[in-house]
Amino acid sequence: MQAVKMVITGPFSAGKTRFIGTISEIDVVSTERRITTSAEQIKDNTTVAMDFGRITVDDDLVLYLFGTPGQRRFDFMWDILSQGMLGFVVMIDSTKPETFREAKRILETFESYASTPYVIAANKQDMEDAWEPEDLRIILRLDSSIKILPCIAGNKESVKNVLLELLYSILEQIDQQEAQNQTD
Amino acid sequence: MALKGNLRDFSTTQLLNLINLARKTGTLTIQDEDAQPNATACMSFKEGKLIYAHTGDESNNLAKILETTGKLTAEQARVIQTKAKGTNNKQLGYLLIQAGLVTQQDITQSVRHYILEVVYKLFTWTEGLFRFDANELPADHQITISIDLESVIMEGSRRLKEWEILQEELPDLDVALKFTDRPDARLQNINLTVEEWRVVSFVNPRNTIKQIAKANNLSDFEIRRIVYGMLQAGLVEFSRSVKTAVSPSQATAPTTKPQDTRQPIEQQPPAVKRSIVVRLIDRIRGI
Repeated sequence: MQAVKMVITGPFSAGKTRFIGTISEIDVVSTERRITTSAEQIKDNTTVAMDFGRITVDDDLVLYLFGTPGQRRFDFMWDILSQGMLGFVVMIDSTKPETFREAKRILETFESYASTPYVIAANKQDMEDAWEPEDLRIILRLDSSIKILPCIAGNKESVKNVLLELLYSILEQIDQQEAQNQTD
Repeated sequence: MALKGNLRDFSTTQLLNLINLARKTGTLTIQDEDAQPNATACMSFKEGKLIYAHTGDESNNLAKILETTGKLTAEQARVIQTKAKGTNNKQLGYLLIQAGLVTQQDITQSVRHYILEVVYKLFTWTEGLFRFDANELPADHQITISIDLESVIMEGSRRLKEWEILQEELPDLDVALKFTDRPDARLQNINLTVEEWRVVSFVNPRNTIKQIAKANNLSDFEIRRIVYGMLQAGLVEFSRSVKTAVSPSQATAPTTKPQDTRQPIEQQPPAVKRSIVVRLIDRIRGI
């Protein structure tokens, strides 16, 4: 059995847990609400809520979706989770501009971990005050090559679309690498 | 004259009790009779208090110690170890504090943790030649911490009992783990420690428990305790088979962790084949 991993990251309350829950075949989600907010510093015995889902492809292949803890004080977990990932999704709550800067910081941190493909999921697009994906691109100063996808985390088709777009990007990267290898 | 003997006849607990009660100063060296290169451990004491310990390998390098306790990233530790080659631990600690990478408290806590882990590990040794050299102390450049032996003995004894149970429950570390196929409702409330998270991120039918421990710098005791907890929680279960044939191009690991050369630790396959991605696409389209 081969297991591959994708990471769903983004600021606190961006919709990561819901995103995973919508597509996962197992109900293994523990929300960030359970994390105590009283602790000022990370201590050795600090526990971090767990967030992961699974999609079984067949007897030989399984995809795990790992959600990162959203709060800044748990960013030490990001490095751990990012190791070996196939790609990652940065979830943004399109209705909360106060979290956009944090989303950019998270995106840059994950980019520094690995050169794996990623997409931005502009979540809560069904809400009236949601920012348009292209407005997000401008405000976050994202290159036109980066996919910013409209998303509704509770909608299966929407979640599927985000994951598929990420997989297409991964496929594209593989093809580019193969072409590069042939050129070399 | 040095105190000499074998752990067969005189346990670590008894030795530490003696040193504590007699308020001895000196260094206790224990060597595993199998004489592996890293099967030697040294503990130093000052007036009955534990001040230093290390094993025969090079794990007592300060950068490595700080990495183990999460105060430095693996990459930082690697760079520091390369650039500061020849720098002793005290000098290195000073430089790291000056550079703002760690605080003095980070260093003392990490060294304390390292020393205690070395000593706790010794409680599980049932055989080995020991020798106590009175008045022999660590070199001045080593960072020492004064630790009361009473609490060490109590915790060591507690761990020893736990170790015996864990050894019985998880005798073989050459097996792999996988996530439970049918997790039950209990998992809704599961919270994991940082170490448990690290282990979770390596759970894969291709990785043995031993490899996961090695990749995360965890002792046999620590990995057994974590895995046992996860098994009890119903989060993971034993994988029936471990595929050992991993081609070099597929064999992957966190780039910063030590690896088992016989069967490289695989967190995930980074050199993912095109066919795998296509299968994933087909599957998600069909959901």
